[in-house]
Amino acid sequence: MNARFWVLTAAYFASLVAIAIPLGHFMTRVFAGENRASRRALGWLERGVYRVARVEATEEQTWTAYAGSILLFSLGTQLVTYAILRLQRALPFNPTHLGAVPPWLAFNTATSFTTNTDWQSYGGEATMSYASQAVALTSQNFFSAGVGVCVAIALIRGVARSESPTIGNFWVDLVRVHLYVLLPISALYALFLVSQGVIQTWQGPLAWTALDGAHSSILRGPVASQEAIKMLGTNGGGYFNANSAHPWENPTPLSDFVQMLSIWSIPAALCVTLGEMLHSRGHGRAVFGAMALLGVLGVVAIAYFESRGTPVLARAGADLLASGQQPGGNMEGKELRFGIADSALFAAITTGASCGAVTSMHDSFTPLGGLVPMFDIQLGEVVFGGAGAGMYGMLVYVVLAVFLAGLMVGRTPEYLGKKIDSRDVRFAALYVLIPAFSILIFSALGVATAAGRAGILNAAPDGGPSPHGLSEVLYAYSSGTGNNGSAFAGLTAYSPEHPIFWSLTLAIAMFVGRFPLIIAALAIAGNMAKKRRVPLGPGSFPVEGGLFVGLLVGTVVIVGALTFFPALAMGPIVEHVILQR
Amino acid sequence: MSKHVVRKQHALWDPSIVRSALLESVKKLDPRAMAKNPVMFVVEVGSLLVTLLFLRDVVRGARVEVKFAVQVIAWLWFTVVFANFAEAMAEGRGKAQADTLRKMRTTTSARRLRRAFDEAPLASGPLEGRGEEVAATELKKGDVVWVAAGELIPADGEIVEGIASVDESAITGESAPVVREAGGDRSAVTGGTRVLSDWLKVEIRQDPGAGFIDRMIALVEGSSRQKTPNEIALTILLSALTLIFLVAVATLEPLAQFFGGSLGVMALVALLVCLIPTTIGGLLSAIGIAGMDRLVQHNVLATSGRAVEAAGDIDVLMLDKTGTITFGNRQAFEFLPVSGVEQSELARVATLASLADETPEGKSIVTLASQRGIAPPLPDGARFVPFTARTRMSGVDYVVGGETRMLRKGASDMAVSFAKAKNGPVPGDLQGIVSKVAGEGGTPLVVADGARLLGVVYLKDTVKPGMRERFERMRAMGIKTVMITGDNPLTAKKIAEEAGVDDFLAEATPEAKLAYIQQMQQGGRLVAMTGDGTNDAPALARADVGVAMNTGTQAAKEAGNMVDLDSDPTKLIEVVEIGKQLLMTRGALTTFSIANDVAKYFAILPAMFTGLIAFQARQSDPRSSAFWALNVMRLGSPQSAILSAVIFNALVIVALIPLALRGVTYRPLGAGALLRRNLLVYGLGGVVAPFVAIKVIDLAVNLLHLA
Repeated sequence: MNARFWVLTAAYFASLVAIAIPLGHFMTRVFAGENRASRRALGWLERGVYRVARVEATEEQTWTAYAGSILLFSLGTQLVTYAILRLQRALPFNPTHLGAVPPWLAFNTATSFTTNTDWQSYGGEATMSYASQAVALTSQNFFSAGVGVCVAIALIRGVARSESPTIGNFWVDLVRVHLYVLLPISALYALFLVSQGVIQTWQGPLAWTALDGAHSSILRGPVASQEAIKMLGTNGGGYFNANSAHPWENPTPLSDFVQMLSIWSIPAALCVTLGEMLHSRGHGRAVFGAMALLGVLGVVAIAYFESRGTPVLARAGADLLASGQQPGGNMEGKELRFGIADSALFAAITTGASCGAVTSMHDSFTPLGGLVPMFDIQLGEVVFGGAGAGMYGMLVYVVLAVFLAGLMVGRTPEYLGKKIDSRDVRFAALYVLIPAFSILIFSALGVATAAGRAGILNAAPDGGPSPHGLSEVLYAYSSGTGNNGSAFAGLTAYSPEHPIFWSLTLAIAMFVGRFPLIIAALAIAGNMAKKRRVPLGPGSFPVEGGLFVGLLVGTVVIVGALTFFPALAMGPIVEHVILQR
Repeated sequence: MSKHVVRKQHALWDPSIVRSALLESVKKLDPRAMAKNPVMFVVEVGSLLVTLLFLRDVVRGARVEVKFAVQVIAWLWFTVVFANFAEAMAEGRGKAQADTLRKMRTTTSARRLRRAFDEAPLASGPLEGRGEEVAATELKKGDVVWVAAGELIPADGEIVEGIASVDESAITGESAPVVREAGGDRSAVTGGTRVLSDWLKVEIRQDPGAGFIDRMIALVEGSSRQKTPNEIALTILLSALTLIFLVAVATLEPLAQFFGGSLGVMALVALLVCLIPTTIGGLLSAIGIAGMDRLVQHNVLATSGRAVEAAGDIDVLMLDKTGTITFGNRQAFEFLPVSGVEQSELARVATLASLADETPEGKSIVTLASQRGIAPPLPDGARFVPFTARTRMSGVDYVVGGETRMLRKGASDMAVSFAKAKNGPVPGDLQGIVSKVAGEGGTPLVVADGARLLGVVYLKDTVKPGMRERFERMRAMGIKTVMITGDNPLTAKKIAEEAGVDDFLAEATPEAKLAYIQQMQQGGRLVAMTGDGTNDAPALARADVGVAMNTGTQAAKEAGNMVDLDSDPTKLIEVVEIGKQLLMTRGALTTFSIANDVAKYFAILPAMFTGLIAFQARQSDPRSSAFWALNVMRLGSPQSAILSAVIFNALVIVALIPLALRGVTYRPLGAGALLRRNLLVYGLGGVVAPFVAIKVIDLAVNLLHLA
């Protein structure tokens, strides 16, 4: 918790605001079709896509049609991804002659990238050919992020509209988010990464001879093009197994800073879009404030616990104080070039958003330092959250918070003039219920079955089960369900001996944490759109200002804490108590 | 104008109500009845499960800690019983109200003159002793009955012939009899009220059991109570929370088994019962019934709980000017003579014309004049000329010196034609004065002394004291007040400004009212209004909350969704406040219930995990467990911790029954201020209070060696 940490954190949030405002403003115009300048340049392409895909751009969809289109699109892209992974041996751009990805692993990976999770049960560069990475996985990085943003926009539209049967056209939203937002920014971003030293090549491995004469080679490939959307789209699936800790994925302090910035840029910008589309900038600011407050709490907590180190090291005589010569604290699993400050910030950002890219091993954090990223995910990925997913998730929490507290002002709860009825509450409740069920039930299954326990690395000193082993399982299903993708990597989620259990259950968790929630969010959008908007007055529930920020943060934390505290008590919390003894 | 007679209030813990509620709370354990309340149903199933497992262990002779187990089981059952008790208390209070009403309905008999659908003509005039004697409960809609002086009206109906004074004190609490007559807006009569003089022929308008009193009895007793939209939404949320906790607790057992231990069903059920929102789950229906009950205490009958809830959501309040905002009777405010006439002369003539006038307007003229030292005596032999609808004037005739003087005051056109008929000139400035008074919202009374037109008495409609403050409160709550009046727009504007209403509807016809309501509703606003006449019925039906006056017609009563027995239009404001209070109470107790869980976690979780041997530093010493370090409240022992949490969870339901029945204090503040206050009290308070309470209970439990 040195000065560098505070300066870095302050600089980060300042830069985030500076990016969010213009980007959010731009997105408002893009989804309203009012981005005049960029349409002059690329409008022909947009219209061309509609012609080829036979999309009637002026035709709007009901929420069920919108959801149906998303499911159709995602199923299609998932099948293509699976096929490419299975056939990569026969496909071009496979300089290291990698064999087909095994069926369960391919299934898990295809699900993982379709759901914007990017959980990787494989070592990136050692399993995937250039074609698999650059075509299948990178495309999915774009598509899954795009789908998330579309759902967020559709939900905001639902709230903004009055007595409308429709919530927009998915295909139009999808084309626009790609053409005007994701693709142009990723192209520039990739060039920036190359300027920092990220590699981008179609050539095979780099052979080299060591000083002792030993021959070796380093795997490489088209990294920059995948890296840009990996961060911007909150995907997080690294080209290399070491993810953003690899010098070719993340070479400089500047590239590290920009990568962190890009993770939260779209989610933060959507707060601005929210305020503009609902004609309530104050509300947009409040949602941003709630996300930022949770974010800061996470960053500070991780940095605090990591810089304190562990009593085990202290007892072993290690000097845990930071100084000019050493970073101090708990440096296990961290890059020396990033240290505790940058690692803590990155960890909070990547887990707050459902990104999952990492620069340090979360498994090696202190018990409480590791609890924070896990809890960030369990909050429902609303600390800025995934591209789009964070916004629609947070809006569901807004509905819940407004419903609960709204009764307390003596009126039927209203969200910006939309009365919240039992249908909204039902779908909002499902939205919270489904991930809780997935995480808790799968974790119980993971430790109760032999197949599950086979993947757990960490044991107690006597060889028996350890709280840390439970934490690994809990983290895995939290990460899968939350569509995050990072891991307590002690868990072996795929091995040729046990190919099915983890691949299958995690794939189900990822699926359950994605599409049912999208359907619930869109159902709320459709229900809200239908309703008449009541004019606001002094009796209306205030959805801006500090009080609302506190209420929203309180709702998110209380719901998350009440759901997961018992399980966490048996994992990281008791592990912490034991370490302190 | 309204005597605010509140029905007999039952003390909160009325012993007779408590007694029957206790019995009722055990009867309600029937699982078929419990299933309607998902939260409490889970508690009952859990309690039953633990009880059965305990009995099995005892029978098998397994090692059980009987003292601890029996206590936990007892408190789990208490939780269910207490929740039932809350509901039974609310219902009991409602029943007590209803019983009073029911008494007047029993054993009434009636003389039926004609059956429903019988086309035979009905003889007109008194029909003493004719018709057949039937029990009131046998009367059908459409039957015509004869009611003579001294008899009870057998059921709700409409007068087809006759005029009578009726004592309605049984339902309104108002002792003065009211006049009811066929035709017009005073033709509705209510079952259970008594005819004092004359006779009536009444056509029954309700089938047995569907009358107003029957509906009210059903509602306050809770038997026909249906869940309101907000209640349904809240129940869904509470059910979802219950499901989440069910899974969170159930999955703990496999996690414990991973560490080679077991938590036991008893501890898991105890944790589950403490976590699920039993506080609000147990009190939810009591809150709804109590809201209805509060309305009845204000002498307002609602036809559904939905109407009460809608009252809390009202955005626009439409209030009749006369009787609600103003006193209705106009008071003399100023004497305005035409040029060439002394003000004292005008005052003197106006007073003479009013001395025998018993109307409030007439009296106010005399009062105003005497304040200015003008108090002429009534001349001998003066003959009072009363106001009639045709002449629209009143005054006095007397003879002085052989000459007949005719003093008049009245509507300007009539007074002018009166003077003209006597060849009197019309002063040039009279019309100007008349227009000015009308323009200011007053009523001009022109005073004539035979052929001479002297000037104008300015009658002013006086706004009731305190109305401005009331409307300001409404505004703070976000409610727009609209004044409805038959006055012209100029007059209406003047009074609207004086009273402080937000808007007004002048020259209001029933059609205009309906159109205004529709226009407001188009904009998404909820509208409440009061009405009494038959022509108000469409607007009453259209309004989201339509309060019909009990003095009004049957048509108006059927169109509205509430009836005010006191016929006091201002009461609409209280109805809105009761609706808001109902919603606030639900929200506050839900927040409190959920906030409580934090402390319960810290009480139970460390305690129940201490049994896991893997975490015990010393063999079979729960207090050496790593989990006991999480016992931040420093509770005595793992057993006392669990017991204390369960006891708190049960007792808090009883402790909050008064709040549920009375409702949280409502203050007319803006939404932001209300939210801040309630979040602080019930949110933050809900987090802190159980830490203190559980600690205190635990101290007592350890002191008494209960665990």
